[in-house]
Amino acid sequence: MSELLFTGGEWDFALLKRVFAAIEDVGLNDLKLDVYPNQIEIIASEQMLDAYSAHGMPLMYHHWSFGKIFAREETMYQKGYSGLAYEIVINSNPCIAYLMEENTMTMQALVMAHACFGHNHFFKNNYLFRQWTNAEAILDYLAFAKKYIAACEEKYGVEQVEAVLDSAHAIMEQGVFRYRRPPRPSQAQREERLRKRQKYEEESFNDLWRTLPGTARDMSADLAAVDEGEVVGSQAAMNLPEENLIYFLEKHSPVMKNWQREILRIVRNVAQYFYPQMQTKVMNEGCATFVHHYIMNALYDRGQISEGSILEFLHSHSSVVMQPGFDDSRYYGINPYALGFAMMSDIKRMSEDPTPEDRDWFPDVAGKGNWRDVLKHAWANYRDESFIQQFLSPKVMRDLKLFAVRDKTEDPVYTVAAIHNEAGYRKLRTSLARLYDLATHQPDIQVVGANLAGDRTLTLRHNRHRGIPLAQNTKDAVLKHIRRLWGYNVVLEEPEG
Amino acid sequence: MTNFIDRRLNPKGKSLANRQRFIRRARGEIKEAVQKSLKDRTVSDFAKDQKISIPTKSTKEPRFRHDPTVGGEHERVLPGNKDFIEGDQIKKPRQGEGQGRGKDAAQGGEAEDDFSFTLSQDEILDIFFEDLELPNLVKTSLKEVKVLSWRRAGLRTSGSPNQVNLVRTMRNSFGRRLAMRRPKEDEIEVLREKLLMLRRDAGSDTDPEKKQHILELEEEIAKMEYRRKWVPFLDPVDVRFNAFVHEPVPTSRAVMFCLMDVSGSMGEREKDLAKRFFMLLHLFLKRRYERLDIVFIRHTHDAQEVDEHTFFYSRQSGGTIVSTALEEMQKIVHERYATGEWNIYAAQASDGYTQTGDASRCVDLLNQELMPMCQYYAYIEILDEREMEVFSSEESGAELWRAYRTVAKDWKNFATKRIAKPQDIFPVFRELFAKDGAEAKA
Repeated sequence: MSELLFTGGEWDFALLKRVFAAIEDVGLNDLKLDVYPNQIEIIASEQMLDAYSAHGMPLMYHHWSFGKIFAREETMYQKGYSGLAYEIVINSNPCIAYLMEENTMTMQALVMAHACFGHNHFFKNNYLFRQWTNAEAILDYLAFAKKYIAACEEKYGVEQVEAVLDSAHAIMEQGVFRYRRPPRPSQAQREERLRKRQKYEEESFNDLWRTLPGTARDMSADLAAVDEGEVVGSQAAMNLPEENLIYFLEKHSPVMKNWQREILRIVRNVAQYFYPQMQTKVMNEGCATFVHHYIMNALYDRGQISEGSILEFLHSHSSVVMQPGFDDSRYYGINPYALGFAMMSDIKRMSEDPTPEDRDWFPDVAGKGNWRDVLKHAWANYRDESFIQQFLSPKVMRDLKLFAVRDKTEDPVYTVAAIHNEAGYRKLRTSLARLYDLATHQPDIQVVGANLAGDRTLTLRHNRHRGIPLAQNTKDAVLKHIRRLWGYNVVLEEPEG
Repeated sequence: MTNFIDRRLNPKGKSLANRQRFIRRARGEIKEAVQKSLKDRTVSDFAKDQKISIPTKSTKEPRFRHDPTVGGEHERVLPGNKDFIEGDQIKKPRQGEGQGRGKDAAQGGEAEDDFSFTLSQDEILDIFFEDLELPNLVKTSLKEVKVLSWRRAGLRTSGSPNQVNLVRTMRNSFGRRLAMRRPKEDEIEVLREKLLMLRRDAGSDTDPEKKQHILELEEEIAKMEYRRKWVPFLDPVDVRFNAFVHEPVPTSRAVMFCLMDVSGSMGEREKDLAKRFFMLLHLFLKRRYERLDIVFIRHTHDAQEVDEHTFFYSRQSGGTIVSTALEEMQKIVHERYATGEWNIYAAQASDGYTQTGDASRCVDLLNQELMPMCQYYAYIEILDEREMEVFSSEESGAELWRAYRTVAKDWKNFATKRIAKPQDIFPVFRELFAKDGAEAKA
């Protein structure tokens, strides 16, 4: 058991396989992780830049905004302002992980542990991913999307397609279902509709009408009205209020052609696919970081990697989980790697070596020695908001020296609302958890009315979060995009309070 | 089951299509930015990869965003507390200075800064030279260059023996022999063998039948041998020679002379305008030639070759004698740039003043010495705007201008232009090098 797997920084495919097997052994047999099969792809740095620009996906339709990201990343990289990520991992089955050619063997091991076991386990088990994403189908779907959009560009022109994509991207954040799947007419409902149609036809049948010019059209219009009564006519049938703007426009926009609706659908599906990742940044990265930290240390304890290698690992690990203070020039918000890793490590600590405080706060964890189960339960059943609310311990708050600042627009000062002390722990924890609720930074905008009988005005409502209004300049620009998709006037209400 | 896949050899540049779309979309802004950046670059390194910033106007991606500065309340959690305690109050930065500049503003609202990225050399140049073409390039440069080289040009039927193309020759020969049914050596040998046997068998036997047979065989062999002679193994019609043609190659080297008056009358503004013009010319030539030298010649009443920095930034006082610069140029050409191997371009910038009588000397020099060896000579007269109005007609102008107009009449590749402000440069440049400029002037 105690043979070094590798000594230098060089790697080759045979070595990668051996190291992967050792990592797999720790991951599956010690941590008891449950993962999709892995597919590990070695790529060069330019390819990493390519992968960056399209949400990290290996396939993506063409759009200038991806080119913009690419141009920026390329500049940052070439000028040395930022390094490249060591890896990209895709929530698919098999789980695809990209490793950079330039990494040393130690880094490849770190990355494999991080991506192929940490992220992979999280993707496969977390309820949000299970519920909302389809790991089996995503690559096929993206291949379809790319082909479909390319075909549309061919047929209708790049500008036309670009216009729809621009508008759809503008409301991408409002293009996800947060609470429910899209409603689908059940078989019974469909039969009912058919029956109604027939009934109407029978009832209104009069052979004389056939002889009058122009009546055929009238009749079909009437029939359409019957159908519309079901799907587009009444407010109730449109399922208002509707939180998913793209879905609503796709189904009910009076002006769009079918291909445009299909493009909206593609954008909506991509948005929905990424939505869980946005809600689980801390947990996902924390999980991956915790797993790679555990696995690398386990390999070192087993004598499978050298001291030089573990030091190289620790150096890069500690820069990943570094959290600069708020007054540091490097401060860029709370580092999800740092917070997630600190919380998960603390769960392990409490489980093995509890203090009286831990027994008070976490009676189910402290001293029970069951950290593997606790973590796996958390990874499977929580998102950032609930995880922090449930598991942020006083020790982590003290270590990170967290404090909450309240900002009321009309006050001339910020007020420190809570700090890391006995009186503040709970308040602080709730504040932080709220920050990870997407509603705090993604405006909650819903369709509340569509006047199809009259002037076809579409009414949206912004439900203010703690009274915060929308930024005026972007609001107008986005509304212009919605108007383009809807085809008629669009108003946005912002009731106070 | 774990798969390892080596994707390093897969095509790179998957994002190219996206990048091109982005550049197309931001074309207007990129163009402006590139032209603005002209000022800060040296003549020769302008065309390198370059970071540019463009306003985000056409590439904005608006999203609904909260704006907490307008109303409502929110709470932030920050790490790294040092001495705050609950209830502490921190003064807000004044409106407009703090908000949006701090880094965590990036969380809340999209920063409205310019968007910076790197344009590659090709992209920069494409933006510049959308529909420009070097003047007379095809006509003049190909006609005048003296360097010739041999180039393979297929096959021909005559040539010197060392250029015989064996493969083709033998192929032809083989085909001809097949078509003409040339008997093979082996076939004749078989018959001869047969004849020999018959003769030995026959001995002194005078069986007429056998004799007849022998005679027939002899006849046949003679026929075949005759045929072999008649259809030779190698006929002159088979022979093919590799053909080479002697053709001129355009020289891949060019030298660009920048001539400028640096006397007191040329101020910062004039020099800046001149620099921009030189830059553009340099860019243009850089694209055409593998190797491009630049020679800077400045002059007052006396001319000398200087480096770029001195050329643009150092001051020298004195009178103005333009012909000295032309003489200096002529000297340098003779010393270093033999016309057969170098394409010579010259650009002269001046405010149009020279010592009385010097203009005719310049004209003589140009007509007799310089123009015959130059691919192109551009004279740029930098005026101030008031002068521009006074000299609104092409015909009127200072002495040098009028003198140069006579040169322009004789030489198609001599151009004169006047500019007064930066905006004039690009149109002027386009006009000078416009695809059909030569025809228009002629």
